[in-house]
Amino acid sequence: MTEVRVLVGTRKGAFVLTSDARRERWDIEGPHFAGWEIYHLMGSPADPNRLYASQSTGWFGQLIQRSNDGGKTWEPMGNKFGYDGVPGTHQWYDGTPHPWEFTRVWHLEPSLTDPDTVYAGVEDAALFRSIDGGQTWHELSGLRGHDSGPSWQPGAGGMCLHTIVLDPNDPGRIFVAISAAGVFRTDDAGKTWRPANRGLQSEGIPDPDAEVGHCVHRIAMHPSRPDVLFMQKHWDVMRSDDAGESWQEVSGNLPTDFGFPIEVHAHEPDTVYVVPIKSDSEHYPPDGKLRVYRSRTGGHQWEALTKGLPQSDCYVNVLRDAMAVDSLDSCGVYFGTTGGQVYASADAGDSWAPIVRDFPAVLSVEVQTLP
Amino acid sequence: MIRVVIPAHLRTLAHVDGEVELNVQGQATQRLVLDALEARYPMLRGTLRDHVTHQRRAFVRFFACEEDLSHELPDAPLPEAVATGDEPFLILGALAGG
Repeated sequence: MTEVRVLVGTRKGAFVLTSDARRERWDIEGPHFAGWEIYHLMGSPADPNRLYASQSTGWFGQLIQRSNDGGKTWEPMGNKFGYDGVPGTHQWYDGTPHPWEFTRVWHLEPSLTDPDTVYAGVEDAALFRSIDGGQTWHELSGLRGHDSGPSWQPGAGGMCLHTIVLDPNDPGRIFVAISAAGVFRTDDAGKTWRPANRGLQSEGIPDPDAEVGHCVHRIAMHPSRPDVLFMQKHWDVMRSDDAGESWQEVSGNLPTDFGFPIEVHAHEPDTVYVVPIKSDSEHYPPDGKLRVYRSRTGGHQWEALTKGLPQSDCYVNVLRDAMAVDSLDSCGVYFGTTGGQVYASADAGDSWAPIVRDFPAVLSVEVQTLP
Repeated sequence: MIRVVIPAHLRTLAHVDGEVELNVQGQATQRLVLDALEARYPMLRGTLRDHVTHQRRAFVRFFACEEDLSHELPDAPLPEAVATGDEPFLILGALAGG
């Protein structure tokens, strides 16, 4: 029987929510790793019962946990994230050189084909890979070693590599996004990288259309069309039709084009979801109304989705990794808030209902559709 | 026998209840105690000190015999009462006033 499994990372632990295909009644397991920050957990597309979780606290640092049974039991794996060679410096907030220092894993991206291969995006920004199921980690240092590396600067949340997008048609092609350096692409499985930010315009940096330095919040791809990317930048929603070679703004009629997550419908490559946030200084929805916006035209034209979402006095945020879709025939859309709600829509966003209302602040939401 | 108390989060991680008892050969020091602790519970590697430099994590403290030993040299002898097991070696997550 088809089942949906929603993996939720929060400030105080991880939760696993499961439902049948109707997505009306949910079983809730957790908290796993109670009291720890779970920045992200995600399942392997090649083995859905293989899950990886990033567990950390400021006190005791970083742990990586692995489950081989869909999240029922977990085992700590390797947590040694050593930068390759002499790390050098990047720019600090005030532009002065600052040593590269590992802080935490923001995002784990399992390989599309091998359950033992998983990528980790970390702060300070770098990409690591494990090919032994998370036991050992090695930096793909061509990224951080890019000529622009010493000029990278942190975003407000730290200098994090938060997005990893694997091209399903080309095993050598990977996109990553870094706040606040921007998008980088490799075509040789991580040996060499180049910036992919042409067309981005950002205020707050000396050169608004610089090759590197943009605060990209999230990028998303539909697997059937890997050359088309959607981006939620600090400000601006953007689209690329040439695998990141160039970007065009598609913010259109959004009430504000600031936000964090962006996601693509499982079956409609031109249906895109964002959650507009008032501004970079006021991280909550405009007018206290929590509205997901959906475009069915690949951008430019957006409609507000409000049914079942609070339309007054709502001042939560939705973080960049906290939105996901399932792949049932009627595409389910899910997101979590900093107020601890996880909302689900079983009808592509037309209507919403909370699965839970009182979790700790939600850091990440991923969804698995299980046969 | 050295008695070690580790923070609640790490007891959960290492699946231990209460104190940990460790055998340390020779003069007991912070380094040897932590080496023995990590050898018994490999999942604690990196949670108390850096993997490579072995520098204490910033928010981890070491107390014993009503003294703060956090800033003692790692190879300095621990108090006799710790070495004999009369007093525990306490590892804490740093608190402000807690």
